[in-house]
Amino acid sequence: MASTTLGVLKSALDWASITLNAPFARAVVFGVPIGGHYVVEALLGVAIFFLLFQKSYNPPRQPLTEREVDELCDDWHPEPLIPPITEDMLYAPPVLESAAGPHAVINGKDTVNFASANYLGLIGHEKLLESCTASLEKYGVGSCGPRGFYGTIDVHLDCEDRISRFLGTPDSILYSYGLSTTFSAIPAFCKKGDVIVVDEGVHWGIQNGLHLSRSTVVFFKHNDMNSLEHALERITRENNRASKKRRYIVVEALYQNSGQIAPLDVIIRLREKYRFRVLLDESNSFGVLGGSGRGLTEHYDIPVEKIDIITASMGHSLVSDGGFCTGNARVVDHQRLSSSGYVFSASLPPYLASAAITAIDILEENPDLITKLKDNVALLCQGLANIEGLSIVSDPLSPLIFLKLNNSTGFFNEDLKLLETIADRMLKEDSVFVAASKRSIIDKCNLPAGLRVFVSAAHSESDLLKACESLKRVSASVLTGIN
Amino acid sequence: MITIPYTTALTTYISYGLLFAFGQFRDFFRKIFDWFSTNGLQGYAPICLGLEDFYVRRLYLRIQDCFGRPIASAPDGWIDVVERYSNDYNKTLKRTTKTTRCLNLGSYNYLGFAASDEYCTPRVIDSLNEYSASTCSSRVDGGTTVLHTELEESVARFVGKPAAIVFGMGYVTNSAILPVLIGKKGLIVSDSLNHNSIVKGSQGSGATVRVFQHNSPSHLEEVLREQITKGQPRTHRPWKKIIVVVEGIYSMEGELCKLPEIIAVCKKYKAYVYLDEAHSIGAVGKTGKGVCELLGVDTADVDIMMGTFTKSFGSCGGYIASSKEVIQYLKYACPAHLYGTSISPPAAQQILSAVKVILGEDGSSRGAQKLAQIRENSNFFRSELIKMGFEVLGDNDSPVMPIMLYNPAKIPAFSRLCLKQNVAIVTVAFPATPLLLARARICISAAHTKEDLTRALEVISRVGDLVGVKYFPAEPNKEEWQENNVQGGAKLD
Repeated sequence: MASTTLGVLKSALDWASITLNAPFARAVVFGVPIGGHYVVEALLGVAIFFLLFQKSYNPPRQPLTEREVDELCDDWHPEPLIPPITEDMLYAPPVLESAAGPHAVINGKDTVNFASANYLGLIGHEKLLESCTASLEKYGVGSCGPRGFYGTIDVHLDCEDRISRFLGTPDSILYSYGLSTTFSAIPAFCKKGDVIVVDEGVHWGIQNGLHLSRSTVVFFKHNDMNSLEHALERITRENNRASKKRRYIVVEALYQNSGQIAPLDVIIRLREKYRFRVLLDESNSFGVLGGSGRGLTEHYDIPVEKIDIITASMGHSLVSDGGFCTGNARVVDHQRLSSSGYVFSASLPPYLASAAITAIDILEENPDLITKLKDNVALLCQGLANIEGLSIVSDPLSPLIFLKLNNSTGFFNEDLKLLETIADRMLKEDSVFVAASKRSIIDKCNLPAGLRVFVSAAHSESDLLKACESLKRVSASVLTGIN
Repeated sequence: MITIPYTTALTTYISYGLLFAFGQFRDFFRKIFDWFSTNGLQGYAPICLGLEDFYVRRLYLRIQDCFGRPIASAPDGWIDVVERYSNDYNKTLKRTTKTTRCLNLGSYNYLGFAASDEYCTPRVIDSLNEYSASTCSSRVDGGTTVLHTELEESVARFVGKPAAIVFGMGYVTNSAILPVLIGKKGLIVSDSLNHNSIVKGSQGSGATVRVFQHNSPSHLEEVLREQITKGQPRTHRPWKKIIVVVEGIYSMEGELCKLPEIIAVCKKYKAYVYLDEAHSIGAVGKTGKGVCELLGVDTADVDIMMGTFTKSFGSCGGYIASSKEVIQYLKYACPAHLYGTSISPPAAQQILSAVKVILGEDGSSRGAQKLAQIRENSNFFRSELIKMGFEVLGDNDSPVMPIMLYNPAKIPAFSRLCLKQNVAIVTVAFPATPLLLARARICISAAHTKEDLTRALEVISRVGDLVGVKYFPAEPNKEEWQENNVQGGAKLD
């Protein structure tokens, strides 16, 4: 069978070559006999050559005429600049008629203030006011320029030295606003391709920094070290070039969105295992945690050099404004030319730098402020232990006490409305001022809403008891309908 | 547009080339040394990548002393510049206790509110005692005091808009507002020389960003036409909205925005206008109300007006002024309002008082005098500089005047020589300007007297001759010129 097919094929090929060769069977050019297939190949070559030099097919282009463009432009109607104002958006915060100290005047009434992060109770401290007044008289209010262009005033440098001396770091750098500290510092060190592992509960300043850095961002579950380890493990495993990239773990020491404290000892163990750098935001823990207020590193008794970059806002315990970033000389010097919020912004008003220096001085001289604060926190936590309808999610040591609803409605805005009702009634009925945690529409954090109670060392025992009672009474009355 | 003379461009390129070559040469040896002394951090990528800080290590550090000079006084007309020294070829600079009194041509102290003021300072100190230095809270929690609401009303009235919102920092104002107003599926059309805060705000918003040539309404129109017809990239759906972002006075060029033309274009194409008046508010216009007043633009035509208090008002912070609804929405949605510490009460009081002085509500005419003074000072200084043959950028009435230097070697020379003769001048180089277009920048203040300015002009002229930055022929002195003409005429007779 096979042999007959082969035979037929062979005879067919023979026949083809004979017919091909037939016209030029005896043609010899320069001693080379020309087979018919050469002719065919030459013809094919000519055809290819011809096709190559043909113009490629171009669909006729029909650009829009000016009139059509005009019509399109006329047809286009933009959305309004903002969405329509709904009732949710009409919230107006209470207006203080005095300093935001432990007691503030609202609507002419003396109110216990639990809405200001005046942790150490330094608002209205005489020494602070004195140093600010002296500074205002000498330097005026604003610095009228960025740091590079005669906006560096000697108190800025003194303040940077003071912070480094207090924390035991080689150098620090001042920013003129707390919020801008993280979102300028992060893009200075992370670029496209770098990897950042970050807690999902970080505040907007960090989120914006991550976005601006364009790095690869991996989130782990809020304050969950197993989730962090998984993330680190996965990145190291999946990415064999990982060691060539800069890798960071970004965490907050005391989360503004939940009041929880990051377990730094575990984080340090993990960072050493997987070789990541750590960026720690101490905005709410600086001056609060640790025996002398040096923050989370002191709290866990970890040498400060183990953290590569520490940022903090000075608008909380230091009752000033602005922020700082501290670390080794290389970290700080790099920011002086690469951090956009530092280079392109006017510097901190000098009187606020003096305020920060004096606040650190006061803190160092009076370590009992921190013990007083801890006592107050413990007292309030104890008082709120069996509150109805709400539960404390914050760490027992955190002066930012975060209460979330036991039975959430499932919608952030609905929860917030309930909490705002509680806060509102507490203010009106008992003159106790607490704030619900509002969230911007561009904030990607998805932790539950809650009431934030900022405890201060300056609150007296009766203030705290009053707050406890009021919170319990009002929350029970507001939430019983739901529970 | 800046046109660089051919030879200057060539020499500038050669200079940077040389600096780059020597930098690389030194880096090469550095690497060899580093190879012998391995550092302890194994397994970590370097925190600053090699070329990322090449510019800092090899170029900037050499002239570090020209930037960030600390001062030991208020940034007024005259300042005490702290002397620094270096023992390691400029790598680190150490402060001394010695200071030199210098004429300040660097700070944005346009109206002279930087130093203590007879009207403002007592009120500021009162506010400090009453409200303390900080509220330790954001505006929506416990950070709104009576001062804050009063400030917002006052700013809205001053700017000429129905409502305003204030923030604790100017940079944050731009970079936190733009993401709220516009998101994906939106388009931001931005001037090519807009400030970094606008650039970062646009990046943060996730909107598509297109750039139009600096201050060119015709190119803006071209970009808008093209973008509206094309729609969003890839999907080609129409844009949700378009925001055009411009500045009132460009701080590195001293140029005024061509606002009337740009607004006309935006109106035609239904784009929203976002005007950043960081440098112009308080400094220009008959009553200090910024470029809108100066160029005769109705503030109702500008959708969003942004500005800062750092410059003319001698304080800190920034504002957005717009319609009542927009402000209400921003108060609901803007992260800087919800999370940022509210503006420090004494700083708020400084702004309130400064606005009162400018409007003459303090019962004196000091505000009007200051405004007249800064206009006169600016125009006098600018015309004199141009007469001397410097290449000065910017428009009349603008208190910012950059003098082009170009060559990298001229930056430190100009700055150091001026400082030696007690004139503190800002020199600007990369990253604040393009690499080739290094310049010295002068900011005129109402706190300068005529004698101050004449002295400064003498110094700058002398230094300019020495350094060689008078790129244009000097205009002959008017009297001399007339005399020559008369003599010439006489000869002819």
